[in-house]
Amino acid sequence: MEASARILTRAASGSAGAEAGERRGGEVRVAGVESTLLRTPLYERHVSLGARMVPFAGWEMPVQYEGVIAEHRAVRTDCGAFDVSHMGEIHVDGPTAQAFLQSMLSNDLERVQDGGAQYTLLTNDRGGIVDDLIVYRFAHGQFMVVANASNRAAVYEWLKEREPRGAEVRDASDEYALVAVQGPRSLERLGLPESPAFTHTMGELDGIEVLISRTGYTGELGVELCCAEEDAPAVWDAVLERGAVPCGLGARDTLRLEVCYPLHGNDISQETDAISAGLGWACALDTEFTGVAELRRIREAGSARCLVPFVMEEKAVPRQGMPIEGGGEVTSGTHSPMLERGIGMGYVPTQSGAPGTEIMVDVRGRPRRARVVRKPIYQREEA
Amino acid sequence: MPATESYPDGLYYHPEHDWARVEDGEATLGITWFAQDALGELVHYEAPAVGSKVEKDSPYGEVESVKAVSEVVAPLSGEVLEVNEKAVDEPEIVNDGPYDDGWLVRIRMSDPSELDTLMSAEAYRAHVAEQ
Repeated sequence: MEASARILTRAASGSAGAEAGERRGGEVRVAGVESTLLRTPLYERHVSLGARMVPFAGWEMPVQYEGVIAEHRAVRTDCGAFDVSHMGEIHVDGPTAQAFLQSMLSNDLERVQDGGAQYTLLTNDRGGIVDDLIVYRFAHGQFMVVANASNRAAVYEWLKEREPRGAEVRDASDEYALVAVQGPRSLERLGLPESPAFTHTMGELDGIEVLISRTGYTGELGVELCCAEEDAPAVWDAVLERGAVPCGLGARDTLRLEVCYPLHGNDISQETDAISAGLGWACALDTEFTGVAELRRIREAGSARCLVPFVMEEKAVPRQGMPIEGGGEVTSGTHSPMLERGIGMGYVPTQSGAPGTEIMVDVRGRPRRARVVRKPIYQREEA
Repeated sequence: MPATESYPDGLYYHPEHDWARVEDGEATLGITWFAQDALGELVHYEAPAVGSKVEKDSPYGEVESVKAVSEVVAPLSGEVLEVNEKAVDEPEIVNDGPYDDGWLVRIRMSDPSELDTLMSAEAYRAHVAEQ
């Protein structure tokens, strides 16, 4: 943990945030677009690789390089690299940090050791989801939460407003870059030893200090590499030199949907509760946290609707917002590059949520047959 | 392999990035290289029914990539004689060859004078350059 302390110390050193913010301040005005878009420290790399850049959650991000399907398959069969530096990193430190986070987050933080990480939810008092997060424990009283780019400010403000004596909440997002390296050959290509999922350690890549976390959003073996933002281009280059295929947000979305990882803003939100979203497994209802009473009530009474994965049985690509006959709605939909058919997730009345149930998706006025399936939608057949 | 950018001479072009190849009162329709490139790899082609009527400047079908959906606009009016079933089964052939294997429908033109309103390859290239 000595090295980890180094990155944390460096991150904690005063004005670094403001400086990084200015350095990163590569704000750009896109013709015809009123708002300014932020750029990650890898922006130039993406452009020189020929990426198609799109606005996403206030950032100018690569949606694809060679093509979504090829990138998706690279991650399923070998190794891909994603710039996810737009995500938020928020440190929560101090003697009361653990108790504070335990009272804010749905999962049981007691179960996380030093060097461990956990999927968890920041909930509101109705059991709705402010954001889904990964919380990292570095040491006693030293935590970091990684938030979705679109919720970075909301998560920071939520925690900052409730910060108790003895805990400090600090948005360090501008100091770090994050590169996800995912795929069955990712560890081998990076020369990393096998390690359990949801653990992290400090390490080096070509002499650059990186926090190596066995986490990801693709359902594959992989790591997320967190480094100082000025080191990001060197880390990215080192990863690509080892054979990782650069992948954009397009493949990130198809990969996560094939394995039914929810996307905040699509499948989950402040208006959807964790139980109906099928995230009860990430809620320790025997602990006390914001909204737990409502979640206990919903679990007891049963939720009226549930989030289910489905596969199209007729040719069609389901999309977010399409009605599902009988009072449901698609929250995420795409074409699965592995199944080569339309797949999605959506809320349906609980009685229509059992795997095997046939549902009808309204594809721009055309009813198309689909079937509720078990999670995950895609799973590699083990040899 | 995705095709390289081209806008062949001899075709008629519609500003919504559709082309028509005309022969003996019939026209074969498709989308241009520019359109398929903007969409990315196609994963779905929602084709019209054989025998249905298409109307110039109106959508007659849809093409979808992983990320986007686009209506396909008819450059000419007429009746659908044939749908490219290979493009329905393997929409990526539209990316590979938008002007040959990747055609979308064949129609019998109902008003050949509509051809006068379409662009030549040269005019369409200039139109694309402005996009």
